[in-house]
Amino acid sequence: MTLPRDDRRSFLRKAFLAASAASVAASAPRAFAQMSAEGDPAILNLPAHTKGLGQPVAARPYGLPSKYEENLQRRESPGLTRVGAAGVSFAPLQGFFGIITPSGLHFERHHQGWWDIDPAQHRFMINGLVKNPKVYTMDDLMRMPSVSRMHFIECGANTGMEWGNVAVPTVQYTHGMLSCCEFTGVPLKWLLDDCGIDLKKAKFVLAEGADGSSMTRTINLANALDDVMVAYGMNGEMLRPENGYPLRLVVPGVQGVSWVKYLRRIEVGDMPYAAKDETLHYVDLMPDGQHRQYTSIQELKSVITSPSGGQVLLDKGFFNVTGIAWSGRGKIRKVDVSVDGGKNWRTARLETPLLDKCLTRFNIDWTWDGKDAILQSRATDSTGHIQPSSMDLRKVRGTRSIYHNNAVQSWLVSANGEVSNVQVA
Amino acid sequence: MFRLLNAHSTGYDERLRRCATARVRQVHVAVARLASISSRAALCALSTVTLVSAAPIAANLGRAATPAEIRAWDIDVRPDFKGLPPGSGSVSKGQDVWEAKCESCHGAFGESNEVFTPVIGHTTAADIKTGHVAALRGETVPQRTTLMKLSQLSTLWDYINRAMPWNAPKTLTTDEVYAVTAFILNLGDIVPADFVLSDKNIAETQNKLPNRNGITLKHGMWNVGDKPDAQGSGCMKDCKKAAAIISRMPDYARNAHGNLAEQNRIVGAIRGADTSRSAATELALLTKGASSGNGSMANASSSERRGETAAAANAANTAPLKLAQKHACTACHGVNNKLIGPSFTDIHNKYGANSATTLAAKIKAGGSGIWGSIAMPPQAHVPEPEIKAIAEWLAAGKF
Ligand code: HEC
Ligand code: HEC
Repeated sequence: MTLPRDDRRSFLRKAFLAASAASVAASAPRAFAQMSAEGDPAILNLPAHTKGLGQPVAARPYGLPSKYEENLQRRESPGLTRVGAAGVSFAPLQGFFGIITPSGLHFERHHQGWWDIDPAQHRFMINGLVKNPKVYTMDDLMRMPSVSRMHFIECGANTGMEWGNVAVPTVQYTHGMLSCCEFTGVPLKWLLDDCGIDLKKAKFVLAEGADGSSMTRTINLANALDDVMVAYGMNGEMLRPENGYPLRLVVPGVQGVSWVKYLRRIEVGDMPYAAKDETLHYVDLMPDGQHRQYTSIQELKSVITSPSGGQVLLDKGFFNVTGIAWSGRGKIRKVDVSVDGGKNWRTARLETPLLDKCLTRFNIDWTWDGKDAILQSRATDSTGHIQPSSMDLRKVRGTRSIYHNNAVQSWLVSANGEVSNVQVA
Repeated sequence: MFRLLNAHSTGYDERLRRCATARVRQVHVAVARLASISSRAALCALSTVTLVSAAPIAANLGRAATPAEIRAWDIDVRPDFKGLPPGSGSVSKGQDVWEAKCESCHGAFGESNEVFTPVIGHTTAADIKTGHVAALRGETVPQRTTLMKLSQLSTLWDYINRAMPWNAPKTLTTDEVYAVTAFILNLGDIVPADFVLSDKNIAETQNKLPNRNGITLKHGMWNVGDKPDAQGSGCMKDCKKAAAIISRMPDYARNAHGNLAEQNRIVGAIRGADTSRSAATELALLTKGASSGNGSMANASSSERRGETAAAANAANTAPLKLAQKHACTACHGVNNKLIGPSFTDIHNKYGANSATTLAAKIKAGGSGIWGSIAMPPQAHVPEPEIKAIAEWLAAGKF
């Protein structure tokens, strides 16, 4: 935080004054409520952890978050889907720092339940318009030279509940079908080359999963030969079962449904395949009654993750407004933030790294005066695209599209400190 | 890995020389990583790799797929019906398949919007002529059914063949897939009751789909380099006179996603709002706090509740719920909502607190006719102690 020193001191002093006054008030923050005349018992009375012996190494051979972090969990949105095996759980973006999603909090979307598949029995096949159709084991794939890259994955239906009006309370539910990890694997191009892809005829590839849904999705050849990878690693370990262990497709910049999990097969072909999730779902309904098919690229988007819906500001004064921005078309070039519902904007600081088709963290200082405020963020990407408002979007696409809502998000901070989800004209 | 590359450099394949450049770059990245550990071994590896970096990375890895293997997996059917196996099935045979294997989830007439998206409905004879479902254009589109959206018949055939029935995919015979597809089309009045669908007539049947002309590729989200259709404004100052709020969360939905105080971190600049209270109550408390000279907007009692009561309660209650999830009871039962089976709450209300033994027996044996026409399959595969734990939890009713 870049608050001048004096301001910072006075802010802290104010907070302490408020705190001591609050020792009698019902609504005081707990840490300050315990303050007595001599000082803070958290300092005066040495706690057990300062006066005792802690736990040994490997007490938890696979580490877990602190028990105090239990509130941040993947959660379902009640009523959104009817059955858990064809459902969604949302990542708690409101509590994340930086750009990497912890593996255990990566959002989930399953169409036919998830499995923990024996990697020794998993096979990956390439066939279709190739000279030599081949089968690879995990041993084969993991023996090859690998690449590691950081990319966001966003479900095409992220923010889909908000096309017409506000429907859900927090950023977890508005934007939580979004995660960002470091993936490790083999570029698909290497494997297509290894099988002798017929580049004269090939135009598309079909990716297929090994689970009950045997999910299929068409991938453009341009993507397939560019940065698509066949990945087994995520954040330094193997993929989690919920995310496709032991193998998934990574299709940077393209909606999550194309990142086929439990990947068993790539077929090289010359026409799109019109899979169920390309014809009946993941099609965007336009005002003229036409469905846009093969809407794949996740366009430029950003959102303030804190303060955000369902949170309460602890006090007036300084706040670090923080959020994330991403674009399926390239890098984030700029993020502007408004605290007055879009009347005026200031440019936020972008944190490094600034990577292609990856989340970018932004931060900006804000002093809340205790009055109603409407917080918004608006990103610009390396192609010059500026994130549209919901009005801009509705003008072109109406309100029934379900998919690909990349509108500017608005959070209303009310005078009581409570933040809520609103839409603004 | 690098020794491997070296070894395979002998098997170098001319075909792969073309893309060697790209690979060299990648290998160098890998090498740079290795080199960064700056051991002597890594440096040795570096020189080896530089020598063989034009070698195919995957030669001799993997093996040729056999024709039988390709047949076993390559089951996709394209819009031009390439990949469709020969066969046929009648509407009436399809009805048998539907009643035996699909109806429990999708409803007798494919109308089941109670649990899943309805398959049938809102398409007309006029739509079959135009090939574009008129109801899609209205402002008040009903819940979109499968047949309203279906533009390619291959999609329906391929999907049923690969994924349905949902809990036993890939168990239908080819002819059963033809038959049940014909039955669905008949339910939608697209084909007559005596129709037999086959690989011979599927292409002409495609021409009757009510929404065959209902898709477009005119948009900027498919090809790399396409242009977006909605551009925002880059205005920085005095961009509009007023910011009018046009939509907000209705009060009744305040706690619909659970208590938000329990969904935020317990330290930091913010807390979660205690949505178990109305905004007005919270506001009153906060104003009281403020008038006593406290500028704070936080809510201590919510963090107390979160820290103590809730944690204790959760520990006691989530374990059986986890068991119910583990054994997929929750595929058919919601805690508060009816799915395929009754909600856990309704079960508790019906049988009361002393029902643990009865319920355990019912879970094990399955049953039908008590809550509706759908049967509950026996759950004998669930270990006895876990059935007992779930039954006790249902009887206690503290969800
Ligand atoms: C155990 C419940 C269940 C059974 C039995 C079942 N289905 Fe399904 N069906 C589902 C679910 C759940 C989905 C949605 C899957 C998803 O989200 O991807 C679905 C989706 C479908 C769809 C796609 C609908 C759409 O618009 O997306 C069709 C068509 C379908 N089922 C046909 C069948 C047929 C035919 C059978 C019998 C052979 C069958 N189903 C049996 C649960 C079931
Ligand atoms: C395939 C769907 C399905 C699954 C899986 C399932 N149930 Fe059921 N369950 C039902 C249906 C349907 C009913 C209503 C049957 C009836 O009307 O008699 C039911 C009824 C019940 C009842 C009430 C029985 C009665 O006679 O009133 C209990 C208790 C119950 N289920 C518990 C469970 C538990 C525990 C599991 C997991 C171990 C489970 N169910 C798994 C579908 C299912």
